[in-house]
Amino acid sequence: MKQPNSVKDLGRRPGEPLAQINQLEQIPLPPPFDKLDEEPVFGQLSDEAREKYVVLDDTIAVNIEKPTTKEEEDRLVNGFLSGLEKLFSADDNWTFLQPFEMSMEHCARCQTCSDACPIFAESGENELYRPIYRSEILRRIYFKYVKKASPAIHGDIDLNWETVARLIELSYRCNLCRRCAQTCPIGADNALLSREIRKIASMEMGIVPREIHKDGSVLQLAVGSSTGMTPMIVKDNIEFIDEDTAERTGIAIETPFDVEGADILLIHNAGEIMAWPENPGAFATVFEAAGLSWTLSSEAVAYDGINYGVWYDDVQFARVAVRHAMAAKKLGVKKIVLGECGHAHKALTVIADKVLTGDLNIPRESSMVTLRDIIRSGKIKLDPSRNDFPVTLHDPCNLVRLMGVVSPQREILEAVLPPGRFREMAPHGVENYCCGGGSGFAIMSGHNFQDWRHRMTGRRKFRQILEAFQGEPMDKEHPKYVCAPCSNCKGQIRDIINYYDAWEKAGIYYGGLVELIVNAMVDANPGYVDWEWH
Amino acid sequence: MMTTLAYIIAYVGIAFFLIACVARFIMWTKMPMHVRWELYPVAHEGGGKAAYGGSYLEESDWWTKKREVSLVGELKVMVPEILFLVALREHNRKLWTRSFPFHFGLYLVGGVTALMLVGGLIVGYAPATVAGPIGAAIGFIVPFIAGAGLVLGIIGAVGLFLRRRSRALRDYTAPADLFNLLFFIVAFGVALVTFVGYDRDFSLVSGFVTNIVTFNLAPIGDGTAGLLLTLSVVLLALLVAYIPTTHMSHFIGKYFAYHAIRWADDPNLPGGKQEAAIEELLSRPVSWSAPHINADGKKSWLDVTLEDQNK
Repeated sequence: MKQPNSVKDLGRRPGEPLAQINQLEQIPLPPPFDKLDEEPVFGQLSDEAREKYVVLDDTIAVNIEKPTTKEEEDRLVNGFLSGLEKLFSADDNWTFLQPFEMSMEHCARCQTCSDACPIFAESGENELYRPIYRSEILRRIYFKYVKKASPAIHGDIDLNWETVARLIELSYRCNLCRRCAQTCPIGADNALLSREIRKIASMEMGIVPREIHKDGSVLQLAVGSSTGMTPMIVKDNIEFIDEDTAERTGIAIETPFDVEGADILLIHNAGEIMAWPENPGAFATVFEAAGLSWTLSSEAVAYDGINYGVWYDDVQFARVAVRHAMAAKKLGVKKIVLGECGHAHKALTVIADKVLTGDLNIPRESSMVTLRDIIRSGKIKLDPSRNDFPVTLHDPCNLVRLMGVVSPQREILEAVLPPGRFREMAPHGVENYCCGGGSGFAIMSGHNFQDWRHRMTGRRKFRQILEAFQGEPMDKEHPKYVCAPCSNCKGQIRDIINYYDAWEKAGIYYGGLVELIVNAMVDANPGYVDWEWH
Repeated sequence: MMTTLAYIIAYVGIAFFLIACVARFIMWTKMPMHVRWELYPVAHEGGGKAAYGGSYLEESDWWTKKREVSLVGELKVMVPEILFLVALREHNRKLWTRSFPFHFGLYLVGGVTALMLVGGLIVGYAPATVAGPIGAAIGFIVPFIAGAGLVLGIIGAVGLFLRRRSRALRDYTAPADLFNLLFFIVAFGVALVTFVGYDRDFSLVSGFVTNIVTFNLAPIGDGTAGLLLTLSVVLLALLVAYIPTTHMSHFIGKYFAYHAIRWADDPNLPGGKQEAAIEELLSRPVSWSAPHINADGKKSWLDVTLEDQNK
């Protein structure tokens, strides 16, 4: 395993990867995936990519082209320093000034957080992925080059274009799950510092992975959704989903659009509409059966609950949040309910709480709560025996550790599963591990980034899933269900299952939560969960 | 002359410590409201939710309901955390075995100093109060606590110093980190030598503290005892003044890290008191330079947020 010897290495060894993982040295997974030499081979970066872009480790996320002139080198360094100063401004960074400064000043660098990080653990404790590695570099740059303090007080670091470019790249080796912050005895938040580095890159330097900016928030604001769906297309797709769902369940549904004065504006992650139509179909089935007054919006942006700004850019974040609220205001709904998307939950419910005011301050609620209330109301009849298969629950970080929505989804599972079928992961709830797709990773796929993601960030979650199902026959004839009530998590779990071929080899399947409700509905045809891999 | 200087340094050290702590506290208080960035479990969540990390967001129509906020719940977390460093014990036992004696030693030394200051006031202004068994009890307790505090502090500081020099932490250790711990070791060490060698009944130090609070700058002790006492006072006063200027002021920051960040889950209710503050923040200028921000240093957050990206 190759790893840096020191934080100072980030600006040294030009053009050379500072860390490389030998997959044969990783911690073996539980059976039947316990043979390291039988695991998929880690795809390598092309020579062309190594030549063109800044090299940090085994992969590339951001695609920062190597500067070819001194001016370009200086632009990187000066842009970074300028952005770093703005992070300490009560105007430019009122959004995070206090948490940021707290973590910059008070981290004791005691490394208590290291063991909490699944990436650091699954890398074989490679120094590059230690939670404080990147934040220590940020601190040293700030104190030495912005505050002009003596390196004897805060530590020394060389600053060159490679330090800056690699640090930005390194900020995309963290899922922002904040498990590290949860263990900090002082309350420092090194995950936040990853996010703040991303902010410097985006908001000051215009450097962002294409998938989350150009093809993400920019596309969403321009056409209505990062999927590229326009209002007309989304209505067509939902109409098709209604028909397909009715055919499967035997219950006719018509998803309402733009109903003024409805109680609820439901906002899905549009990825559900494209990739998992059974999820919006199930929501419509349950909401209609419960007799809720609800609607979707065909207003651009408002039919896609994603808000990628939450991972990298406060202005992009605010723009999307406001557009969501404006659509709700236009319809005059009583509340917004967020579908199964963790970051959409946190973005609009928690973070936008300090952005939306006046008539845009429309109450927001988790669909976990809405669905739990429907179950409690007894308005839909359930036959838990229809879900007679082992189920484990993934806790999306944004929904659970960062919002405290822990029990409603468990209450739902208790109602829709037969006794003894639910398996908690260890650890779970607010101490859960990230799926590995957090902070945008689930949608990032340039070069060999997906391979890196599966081997490094998603491996701990796959390990947990396998551990949860230990004791069950691990074959396709005995299907098992990973319930992931979050679109990005679901995409990541799908990708891990695919990568390790876990459906074929162990019968591990995945899906959302609301699908299990419909699968147990007495009034619906059996078999809503169809076990067809897609 | 030396003794007078020691008194002056003691006064200045204490005053500087208090002023710097207040300044730090005000600095954190004055920072603008930030977006919510809480981390669960949140200790004050009521209704049994804190136990599993749940929040009021688990309630339907939560904005219509009275929130259950439990001060007792906060105290149940904060008191053990402050006294016993529970988070460190849970997540980093190796460091806790060094950090706990260090911090607990500081608490004992700080506590006994406060006790002596109060005792000094009483001795100075109402000596009859401490005559008899009360005075005897204090006279017995003070040296015991002070000695224990100094010993624990030194053991912890030496342990932390060695830990910072270990392979795992060396690269993340600045010279100042080592200096800080050495400062503690030396200051506490001199105080301990003074106590053990020349002032086992704490009469010299108690006399000095009484003089401090009664503004009587009379010399205390003579010969080696007086010299060591003076040196102890000077080193401890300088240490006390130094602490709030470094990241060791985390005892102030930690309050805000928990109450203003990790547990800050107060919702901005429609028409509530937070809305005006948020509107002021949204009116602040933005100067971020990336083209997509489209800021010019004059446009406000609201301006750049509402810009129509379709145009």
